[in-house]
Amino acid sequence: MAKKMHDTPNLDQLEDGPWPSFVTGLKELAKDKDYVVDLLGQLETSYRTKKGYWKGGTVGVFGYGGGIIPRFTELKDEAGKPVYEDCTEFHTLRVMPPAGMHYDTDTLRQFCDIWEKHGSGLIAFHGQSGDIMFQGATTDNVQKAFDEINEMGFDLGGAGPAVRTSMSCVGAARCEQSCYDEAKAQRSVLNTFLDDIHRPSLPYKFKFKFSGCPNDCMNSVQRADMAVIGTWRDNIRTDEAMAKQWFAKHGMDELVNDVVARCPTKTFQLKQIKNVKTGPSISSVAISDTHAIEIDNHDCVRCMHCINVMTGALAPGKDKGASVLVGGKSTLKIGGLMGTVIIPFMKLETDEDVQKLVDLGQRTIDFFAENALEHERTGEMIERIGLINFLEGVEVEVDPNMVSTPRTNPYVRTDGWDEEVAKINAQKIKKQQAA
Amino acid sequence: MNQAVQEKPAAKRKPKETGVPDNKKYLHPLMAKNYGNWKYHDRPRPGVLHHVAHSGDHIWTVRAGTQRQMDVGTIRLLCDIADKYAEGHVRFTIRSNIEYMVSKEEKVAPLIAELEKHGFPVGGTGNSISMIAHTQGWLHCDIPGTDASGVVKALMDDLIVEFKREEMPNRVHLSTSCCEINCGGQADLAIIVQHTKPPVINHDLVANVCERPTVVARCPVAAIRPAMVNGKPSLEIDETKCMCCGACYPPCPPMQINDPEYSKLAIWVGGKNSNARGKPTFMKMVASGLPNNPPRWPEVSVVVKRILSVYKDDARPWERMADWIDRIGWPRFFEKTELPFTKYLIDDWRGSRSTFNASTHIRF
Repeated sequence: MAKKMHDTPNLDQLEDGPWPSFVTGLKELAKDKDYVVDLLGQLETSYRTKKGYWKGGTVGVFGYGGGIIPRFTELKDEAGKPVYEDCTEFHTLRVMPPAGMHYDTDTLRQFCDIWEKHGSGLIAFHGQSGDIMFQGATTDNVQKAFDEINEMGFDLGGAGPAVRTSMSCVGAARCEQSCYDEAKAQRSVLNTFLDDIHRPSLPYKFKFKFSGCPNDCMNSVQRADMAVIGTWRDNIRTDEAMAKQWFAKHGMDELVNDVVARCPTKTFQLKQIKNVKTGPSISSVAISDTHAIEIDNHDCVRCMHCINVMTGALAPGKDKGASVLVGGKSTLKIGGLMGTVIIPFMKLETDEDVQKLVDLGQRTIDFFAENALEHERTGEMIERIGLINFLEGVEVEVDPNMVSTPRTNPYVRTDGWDEEVAKINAQKIKKQQAA
Repeated sequence: MNQAVQEKPAAKRKPKETGVPDNKKYLHPLMAKNYGNWKYHDRPRPGVLHHVAHSGDHIWTVRAGTQRQMDVGTIRLLCDIADKYAEGHVRFTIRSNIEYMVSKEEKVAPLIAELEKHGFPVGGTGNSISMIAHTQGWLHCDIPGTDASGVVKALMDDLIVEFKREEMPNRVHLSTSCCEINCGGQADLAIIVQHTKPPVINHDLVANVCERPTVVARCPVAAIRPAMVNGKPSLEIDETKCMCCGACYPPCPPMQINDPEYSKLAIWVGGKNSNARGKPTFMKMVASGLPNNPPRWPEVSVVVKRILSVYKDDARPWERMADWIDRIGWPRFFEKTELPFTKYLIDDWRGSRSTFNASTHIRF
């Protein structure tokens, strides 16, 4: 039994209502732990004064420079003594989850046992970067908890100016839209940069995220310095039985208003069967005895909408891979940035394919490490130096897929134009000869 | 970083630098068997996904909401449910929902009943309002303007009905962030702290705590400069330039940006990460000045619910928040949601010109 609870009239109100309550959970833990009794005391104070009372510091585990988020209380009385003296340190361990965040219950129970023994007993599944967050341990217990978690086969994630913990979607494990082995890509890339994860020495954070299709369930386009988003090059696949089944259930209004009208490039057409075109870039499937869908895949931007609505009837093609976008980030410092396409398509099937992605990651991080200013994200660096300088630095050729439009102003020196054209022509000839 | 460590390095255990663990051993056996070979899925009811593999195998997934910040008792309870009613495997979604996978349809109903008996709402699939992506707040962050788990708990109490149904026009993703850094990320609707006064500087502490050139460099509008104050090296702020973003506070805690009264909450709408239909979009600020009012933030809840209810009534099927506003236009968005369009909503940051209406496309 722990000491008596502090009054928490504000937090108590968060036990009402139907959604699961973290306050109820904390109170359960507080039955046995003075540590959590005082955590609730400080949190209640924050609710009363509308102020935060944790400050950072320096806590780590032996051998690593990051992965622990230190927190020391600043809620002190006039003599400088902590008001809640059983909870003056509340450090978090960031631990990297398996790709797709799959667990068996034995693993989760082991986490619970370790964290009940060494920590507060509060675990968050998961933080915004994807970490399992073991929240709340004293400086003395951080190493003990880490040692046991590490023995289970789990490792600390990133913090500070480091390669950060990554996420991938459920992907190939359970999703029909998966365009590559997200887990393999994530693990291959991340485990190449363990030194940069555990020993923060980059200009600022660097995040990889892996989404299996353009639905981008990992929100990689706006969160990741390097977003790997699945896509395909060949034609959308069709299944006539399922297409007819879909149409029988949903009817013409839904097909026209919800699918045809919502195709961003209007390449999705409804036609009488006798008028349907054939050709190497055409996908078509009958939806009734008289009508069929026709998609000219050259004009399809792989947005996923029709496939999302008519899953099973339509599916991504077979020539799958990923697009790579660089430079996504949130607000600080220049405002939010979406990633920019730097690789329109790459295969990710064989080990050699995946190694090419790892190499691209390596070149990008090397360039970032050498060229970014302190506290500058990749996207900000590109904004400052220009996309061309970045592309040259990471040895990627320009491609019209990288822009929404070519430039709209003449403020550029073009005296190297002829050399560039000659270079492009030479590459064309080289490619033709290789083919 | 490890000062304690260097005293007796010989006694310390070396970390096993294993990185991201292989997920194969954690997968439900049917997911391992049909890895990369799924054909389609449907949703027999809200909160349940039914996936069919090319092999002919079927797997049912039951999704339930959690509080994200979970005590070990809750996690053990979720594990007990997995062992007794599911097949010992779970996974978590990016929005902190838990998913149970089962190989037989008849296991779905008892699993749902057990989850709901223990207070875990089943839902969050398809065109529902899913769990709110959130951050750390007063519980653990060192720079929070408000709480995170509490805001989410209060809002989800109000939105749980839509979590358990699939009656929205399209999926609705929400996020909350306790400072303007916006760790919660882009969402159809986001609630983010918006400070309204420059930081209050404790000049006695700046010289000892802050690396002054770093702080000066961190300001997006170059409003901070080194200064001597009361004979001590400190920093001063050009308050006519400062737009109160709080970027200086993390590297320099004596520049307190959080204020119980002047740190407000803003609401943003129309963010979307997916490429479906239109390209991904950033969300836009549509309301601000809402009070930071724990423990239940009722003023925020009113506005959130109003926007979501107008969207639900007015949007066509498959229109995300951004798609809906694209169709009806911003003037009508403000009219229908009864939100005031103030001058502060016209962008004056870099790139703002691209947000102006350079056409006569005007709806009447």
